[in-house]
Amino acid sequence: MAAISHSDGSAVVVIGSGAGGGTLANELTQKGIHVVLLEAGKRESTSTFIQDEWKSFGQLAWLDKRTTSGNWRVATDFPNLPAWTCKTVGGTTTHWAGASLRFQEHEFKAATTYGQIEGASLQDWPIDLAEMEPYYTRAEYKMGVTRTHENPGLPGNNNFKVLWNGARKIGYKRCSTGHMAINSRLRDHRSSCLQMGFCFQGCKSGAKWSTLYTEIPHAEATGRLDLRTEAHVLHIETNAAGKASAVVYVDAAGKTQRQKARVVAVAANSIETARLLLNSSSNTFPDGLANSSGQVGRNYMRHLTGSVYAIFEEPVHMFRGTTMAGIVQDEVEHNPNRGFAGGYEMETISLGLPFMAAFLNPGAWGSDFTSMMDGYTNMAGMWIVGEDMPSATNRVTLNTDVKDQFGLPVPNVHYDDHPNDLAMRAHAFAQGRKLYEAVGATKVVETPPYPSTHNLGTCRMSDDAKLGVVNRHGQTHDVPNLFISDGSQFTTSAAENPTLTIVTLAIRQADYIASAMSKQNV
Amino acid sequence: MEQEPSHSAALSRRAMIGRTAALLTGTIAATSVLATLAPTRVWALELHTLSQHDGETILAFGQTLYPHKTLPTAVYALLVKDLDAAAAKDPATAALLQGGTTALDSAAAGSFVAADPGTRLAAAKSIESTPYFAKVRSTCITSLYDNQMAYAHFGYPGASWPLGGYIRHGFNDLAWLPNPPASASPPILGLL
Repeated sequence: MAAISHSDGSAVVVIGSGAGGGTLANELTQKGIHVVLLEAGKRESTSTFIQDEWKSFGQLAWLDKRTTSGNWRVATDFPNLPAWTCKTVGGTTTHWAGASLRFQEHEFKAATTYGQIEGASLQDWPIDLAEMEPYYTRAEYKMGVTRTHENPGLPGNNNFKVLWNGARKIGYKRCSTGHMAINSRLRDHRSSCLQMGFCFQGCKSGAKWSTLYTEIPHAEATGRLDLRTEAHVLHIETNAAGKASAVVYVDAAGKTQRQKARVVAVAANSIETARLLLNSSSNTFPDGLANSSGQVGRNYMRHLTGSVYAIFEEPVHMFRGTTMAGIVQDEVEHNPNRGFAGGYEMETISLGLPFMAAFLNPGAWGSDFTSMMDGYTNMAGMWIVGEDMPSATNRVTLNTDVKDQFGLPVPNVHYDDHPNDLAMRAHAFAQGRKLYEAVGATKVVETPPYPSTHNLGTCRMSDDAKLGVVNRHGQTHDVPNLFISDGSQFTTSAAENPTLTIVTLAIRQADYIASAMSKQNV
Repeated sequence: MEQEPSHSAALSRRAMIGRTAALLTGTIAATSVLATLAPTRVWALELHTLSQHDGETILAFGQTLYPHKTLPTAVYALLVKDLDAAAAKDPATAALLQGGTTALDSAAAGSFVAADPGTRLAAAKSIESTPYFAKVRSTCITSLYDNQMAYAHFGYPGASWPLGGYIRHGFNDLAWLPNPPASASPPILGLL
């Protein structure tokens, strides 16, 4: 690994090694560009991953202090845990379950398709599906997505059997084990899926795609990647010319360092990315770096989520096998006759005993709750992922009353459910219940959203510098050599799990950055 | 029939230990799956900060909050163990827990431990908004459900890596519903 000196300002500095940052770093180094990759977390591996929910959470999760506000239930049940994302090499690609879905065409044009919705800050993306398609294809190849590029679909587990039969009973037609970035056969020097479960705890076989053991080693093999772990970025500096010039971080030994940069790409996931910009104010940018639009931190989206768990008279053992290889897509289209805009996916999900106790119904106690836990081996479960409405008041701000371990204000995540979200969730819960009751469920629980695993929109894309933070390439309008490379870019959330789109945007952004650098535009 | 701590056994153990340590004891029912797994069916928990009465009250409170008819008291004793450890670390927590015993006894008009289930439930509901309730309830989530005994009781095997995953251990063995077609659920391909 080529060490790049702190005073060497010729490299691209990428902050965050997950789906966006890890992919961008690899794509750039493959093109001959030198990259410093700063990751706040440690470097784990398939050997060090732990198949124990709480221990794994302690190992991989972002646990720095955060606060919450708004009427979302997460603020009551988990006031200091708005999100379940990761602080580790590979970022949240260590924890994700592998669902890899392309946006639908109309979802890039949510404002035009849904019309203006009161209380929502809907906008169209400046890009469309046609432009994204070749990059989606490249991402699917990179990630080994099943049912693309001749990768066979995964075999369905018991949880999937229940989902499929329930779906068929109630007339759904679009149910399969889905598009998953999990090897269904030996591929890319990585194992085929062993159906272990524990997908959320880091895949110990490496069958599930993660930048930790794909993009990052590929980048390292070029000799052009300088990965620094336990490097926690504090702020980004700009020079008199208004360009990003250096990144200030605390290293593994606790020493503050300044790395000069030719280009800075921020991929710290949507809460931390926005916070980083807000903590990088200067005379030129008194309201946060690259925030002339006032949109940094705003339009925070977390998807319409919720789960449905059902007990049956016979065993399911839903924890055996993949956590999420199962999907029903019949409700994903925009069909306003249902009483809301946008659509949702229904995906199999399983939690282990410890996390079921924590998340099935946070705060609940007594015999209603325990009767569900008693039925654990006979339980099936699904997770609902739907398009939530962006809102200018759903936002990440700096909580100046609470400081982190470095003395910087922590992020506060404010979220209020929009009426469209509530209508969609009610519909989805009812459909989930119907599905499971159709195959004999004796008891059904509607589980509220977990701390958010999908965090989006806080540096949204727009062609208009007054309405968004970045342009169609994720380049900030205000600072030409400052890029946003994670899900913060999302203009709207769409109904699909975001990782494939984040990787796709990173591949595309790497082409743009490389071209801009060779033309000396950045 | 098990469940209640044994006082006479506790007294003799205390005499053997030679000091006034608080001690909870119990037995695992022969019908519990744990009976075949545990090295002995008798369990004992020594308390370091909380009193005997505090420990017995917390155990009974845990059973009221999260009633599982056949979950052995050995598992509820883990709740007491974890809260005793928290009390040892922090005097404010110790005071909170001791105050909670008083509150529950008062709400049960005498002794929470001696009260019937209906009285216990009403007493628990009456203190639902207190910090003591919040502390004990939230501790239950990990103490009761994140341990090997609970795993065995509820049928959750824990880690599957030592097995080589479930691909040859029943990941798709559900037989009470028809199998999906290959288009929805393709066959297993090569391993490793």
